[in-house]
Amino acid sequence: MEGIPYLELRDKLAQRDRSLREKVMSLEQAAALVQDGDQVGIGGSTLSRTPMAMIWQMIRSGKKHLDVSRSIVSSEGDLLFASGICDRIQTSWFSQGIVWGVSKVMRHYVENKLTRYEEWSHLAMGMRFRAGAMGVPFLPMRPMLGSDVLKQRPEAKAIKCPFTGEDLLLVPALNPDVAIIHVQRCDAYGNAQMDGLTFMDIDLAMAANRVILTTERIVSNDQIRRTPDQTKIPFIAVDAVVEVPYGCAPHECTNVYEPLFSHMDFYTAKVNADPVAGMQDYLERYVRAPKSWTDYLGLLGLDELLDASRRGRSMLND
Amino acid sequence: MTNANLTPNGGDFTTSEILAVMASRLLREGQVVFAGVGVPLLAATLAQGLRCPGLTILFEGGVLGPIINPGQLPPSTNEQRCTKRANMVMSSTEVLLLLQRGHVDVGFMGGAQIDKYGNLNSSYIGDPANPKTRLPGTGGGNDISSLTNMIVAMKHERRRFVDKVDFVTSPGFLDGGTTRRDRGLPAGGMFRVVTDLGIFGFDEVTKHMKIVALHQGVTLEQVQDNTGFKLMYDDKIATTVAPNERELAALRALDPDRLYIA
Repeated sequence: MEGIPYLELRDKLAQRDRSLREKVMSLEQAAALVQDGDQVGIGGSTLSRTPMAMIWQMIRSGKKHLDVSRSIVSSEGDLLFASGICDRIQTSWFSQGIVWGVSKVMRHYVENKLTRYEEWSHLAMGMRFRAGAMGVPFLPMRPMLGSDVLKQRPEAKAIKCPFTGEDLLLVPALNPDVAIIHVQRCDAYGNAQMDGLTFMDIDLAMAANRVILTTERIVSNDQIRRTPDQTKIPFIAVDAVVEVPYGCAPHECTNVYEPLFSHMDFYTAKVNADPVAGMQDYLERYVRAPKSWTDYLGLLGLDELLDASRRGRSMLND
Repeated sequence: MTNANLTPNGGDFTTSEILAVMASRLLREGQVVFAGVGVPLLAATLAQGLRCPGLTILFEGGVLGPIINPGQLPPSTNEQRCTKRANMVMSSTEVLLLLQRGHVDVGFMGGAQIDKYGNLNSSYIGDPANPKTRLPGTGGGNDISSLTNMIVAMKHERRRFVDKVDFVTSPGFLDGGTTRRDRGLPAGGMFRVVTDLGIFGFDEVTKHMKIVALHQGVTLEQVQDNTGFKLMYDDKIATTVAPNERELAALRALDPDRLYIA
C-alpha cells in the first residue's frame, strides 16, 4: 500500500514542541530544518506570496533531492530545477507567467528528463493538501475523470460512489515533510496573519509535519490577539519564524509590493533565450553571489523595489 | 499586428481584440463566470463594463466579484490586482469547489489546441511520453471544463484546430456522443469556441464542432482551410457584427499597455 499510516502521521506532529515559545531564527537556521530528500510544500501561488527568500536560501545551503509541491509554479520552479536541488515538482501549472509564455527552463529540464513535472488539476492539488490537513488518506472529487491528465496519474483512483453509484475520483493526501510559507505578519510564536488571497496555504500548513514561516514583519503577540479572526495559521503548527522584508521579490506580497515586473521581464528574457547558460548565470549572480538577502535586494534595485511597493500599497488606497 | 487578410472588412483590430469583443458578447447579465487570464479576463471585464453590470466574475486565485481597474490588468488570476473591490476572497480550493457544487454558469478560458469534440490540450505537443514541447499544463482548466458550460477563445489556425488533440488536458466531449457523461462528467461541456474567424458550437447528438457564425468577410473555404478537420455547418451560415468603436475603445482602455491584446 502507498500512503502514510495514520498513527505514523500523528506521531510526527506529537514529536513537535507545541508550547507557546519563540521560534525566530535566520534563513540559514531555518534551512537546516529542511533535510535532503524532503517533500517540500510551497505556499502562495504563481507570482503571489512565493517564499522566494527561503527557496533562495535552500539553494545556497545546497539542499538535494527535494520533492516539491505547489498549487501553481512560476519562476521559482526554474530556480529549483536549474539549481539541482529538486528532483520533482507536483503542481497544476508550471511556467513563469502567461504574459511571458512557456518557460524554456521548465521545458529544458522536463523534455530532457532531467527532472520531473507531475501534473494534477488545480482542484486536485487543493484536495490533496486538504486531505493531508484533515488527517484522511484521500478525498473524492469529480474533475480529471475522462482526461489524459488522469491517465498519467495512477496514484489517483476512479471509483463508483458507494452512495449514488456515480463516478468519482479519489486523490491521495499530500503531507509534506516541510511547508515553507511567506506571510505579511506573524508573531515570534508563529501566529500568522495573511492579507488577500490565502491560496492553499492554510491546508498546506496543517498538512505538513514542519512549517517554516517567512514574514514581512514580526509583530507582538498582543497585536495578534487584538484581531484573532485574522490569524490564519496557528503557532502550534509552526516550527520557525524568519523576518525577511521583501521575502517574495521579484514576486508579490499583497498590500506590500506587487511583482517587480521589470526584473521579471529581464529574467524571463535572459533565461528563455538560453535556458542552460543564461539560467546558470542568473543563479550565480542573483542567488549564489550576494552576501545576504539585503545584498540580493540591492541587485534588484531600489527603483524597482520602490515602484513595486508603490503599486503594492496602492491596494489600500480608495 | 492586424490580421487584415483574415478580416478583410473588419477594420483595424488585432486577433486578440476580435476574440475579446466577440467572446464578451456571449456573456449575459446576471451570470456567474469563471474567467481565466488573458482574453477571458478582458472579455468578462469588457462585458461587465459595457452591457452586464450584474456579471459576477470568479478568478482561480480565490476571488468572487472583483472590479478590474483599466490599465491595471493582473499578470495572472492569482495576484492582488484580481482582488480589487471584490465581494469576497477565499482560498483557491474554495473557489474551485464553487464550480463543483454548481454555483457557476459559465467557464471561460483560452486554448492552445482544440479538437473536433472540443477537447483542449495545454500540456504536450507531440507524444506525451516523449514530447516535442512540454506546455505549462492544466492549472484550473481541467476543473473548469469538467464542471461548467465552457466558452473558449483562441486563435484559429490549422495547427491549433486538430482532428484529435495530442493530450486531453481539459475535457470537451471526449470522443463525442455520450462519452463525456459515460466517463464520469455528467455536468457541463463545451458551449462556444470563439476565434478570429467565427463562432463555433457543437452538434447536439454527435457533439462534433459546428459553425455558428463567421465574422464579416470570412468565407467557409477560408475557415475550413484553417481547420484540421471537417467542420459541420447549416445551409445558411450567420455573419457576426464587427466590433464597434465603443467596444474597441473600452477594450483598449482596459489594456493600454497591450498586455493581452497585442
